[in-house]
Amino acid sequence: MSPLLTYGIAGAGLIAIGLYALIVRRHLLRKIIALNVIGNGVFLTLVAAAPRLGAPDPVPHAMVLTGIVVAVSATAFALALAVRVRDATGAAALPPPDGDGASGPGH
Amino acid sequence: MPLLAELPLLPWTVTLPLGGAALSFVLRARAPAVGLAAGVATAAVGLLLALQVATAGLQRHAVGGWGAPLGIDLAADGLSALMVAMTSVVGLWVSLYAGAYFGAGNQDGEHQRAYFWPLWLLLWTALNALFLAADSFNAYVTLELLGLSAVALVALAATPAALGGAMRYLLVGLLGSLLYLLGVGLLYALAGTVDFRLLAAAPLAGPATAVALGVITAGLVLKTALFPFHFWLPPAHASAPAPVSAVLSALVVKASFYLLLRFWFWVLPEAATPVTLNLLGLLGALAVLWGGLRALTAERLKLLVAYSTVAQLGYLFLVFPLALGEADGFTAWGGMTLLLLAHATAKAGMFLSAGAILKGAAHDGVSGIDGAAQAMPVTTFAFALAGVSLIGLPPTGGFAGKWLLLNAALATGQWGWAAVLLAGSLLAAAYTVRVLTHAFTRLPGEPPACVVPGRLEWTAVALAVTALALGLAAGEVLELLRVGAPVVGPVLLEQAR
Repeated sequence: MSPLLTYGIAGAGLIAIGLYALIVRRHLLRKIIALNVIGNGVFLTLVAAAPRLGAPDPVPHAMVLTGIVVAVSATAFALALAVRVRDATGAAALPPPDGDGASGPGH
Repeated sequence: MPLLAELPLLPWTVTLPLGGAALSFVLRARAPAVGLAAGVATAAVGLLLALQVATAGLQRHAVGGWGAPLGIDLAADGLSALMVAMTSVVGLWVSLYAGAYFGAGNQDGEHQRAYFWPLWLLLWTALNALFLAADSFNAYVTLELLGLSAVALVALAATPAALGGAMRYLLVGLLGSLLYLLGVGLLYALAGTVDFRLLAAAPLAGPATAVALGVITAGLVLKTALFPFHFWLPPAHASAPAPVSAVLSALVVKASFYLLLRFWFWVLPEAATPVTLNLLGLLGALAVLWGGLRALTAERLKLLVAYSTVAQLGYLFLVFPLALGEADGFTAWGGMTLLLLAHATAKAGMFLSAGAILKGAAHDGVSGIDGAAQAMPVTTFAFALAGVSLIGLPPTGGFAGKWLLLNAALATGQWGWAAVLLAGSLLAAAYTVRVLTHAFTRLPGEPPACVVPGRLEWTAVALAVTALALGLAAGEVLELLRVGAPVVGPVLLEQAR
């Protein structure tokens, strides 16, 4: 098995593990970590899939770098939002999706 | 107009709102004035760009003079010009509305006033940059920028429901854009480019291409809230402040749908199979029915309007079986575009009028708006007119769009989709009338007084009237849409085929 294929399979595996945790785990911190695992799987796949005809291609590396920057800022934002959710609802978990039923004055 | 063709409008449609966002963040005390000025300027440039594309054809600008494949290009064809124009019109009225919405009589008012403007202008930047992106990776960056600013805007409401909705929206949005990035990276590995034009010209085929298109579609469908991935949309859209709900429903979900169109119609039309096209159409049809039913039974007014968005997005997906791979695809293509534009203006008008009505309502349930027609006849009129376009009654833009889609469905012998269009219209009529029945319920005693500033009322009317005018100007819209369109054919098809 070539090393590139190993990287590709590892990337796909990370994406699968992250996706499972994102859906199954309830705690917001775990969901955010799961998203980061998915992100790392995607980055690993992209670097592995970069065509290597002689010199390494810098474009996928630049794409992954941009992706890492986005992932860092998105994670920071998600963590801050998770703290606000815990403060407002008392639990670091998503409220049920359909909070239908009229409530309170205003909007 | 030779002067218009020379104007460098493409970079300004992105830099103006970006500069406005930075300025309104720094000058926090003057954020409403700075933000509104930047919004008006951005809207003007966006509309001029549409005029430029209509008169001078395709536009392209190499940012920093680098050019593809290394640099970042901005490009505008008929569809992107129409999307930017739609953003301009909705953005202009929402900006005027937001100036009066945030503030007086609201304890969180100062906080919301200060942070709404930078976030909203950032969102506008992301929208314009996405519609003008000439390469798929730049589109990824704008997609993330769009998602993050949209989530922050939902969280601005600071209620438990809004924070929960924002969190769910953020998790789904990040997953969607990561899947999209994976697909873009795979396509790069196969074709050696991220530029939409070069990708379209590259000989892409085989299972790896199908996997790439599959993950791109999965990511974007998640972000467009196509049934059954719509679960995150109603809580987020219904709990956000009214101007934010309007922007999310009218514009933000259209951005990921626009990218879907770019990939399926321009980049990889040959990868489409009847099974995948009909699957996308089928999910759209289920969205029309399910969204309509949930809107009919929703207890809260804004949740009703949000479920209506799920239904209306479903119609747009009928373009895949009706236009892709057909010899004369332009009929369905034009119908989808008209419906998209009409929904943007009508739904924004509906959310703005709902927000204005709820400011004076006893509670946020549908029955809480009893007596609204007496207290706020202008806003009730706006809601009704927007509803007329969503139902698809003539002469609105919603009617023109549905008419073209119906024509395409009947002429190509795909009767099932025609039934979906008609059933969806009935459901839309039912949930619109359900709201109006409450609005026209007379309360005992003195008629209640109107409590909201006039600006909250006539901005909603302006948007609803735009949705109506779109039907009258359908010819001009379709003419602009033909610039660089991926499908050809007459506007209306002959029935016998």
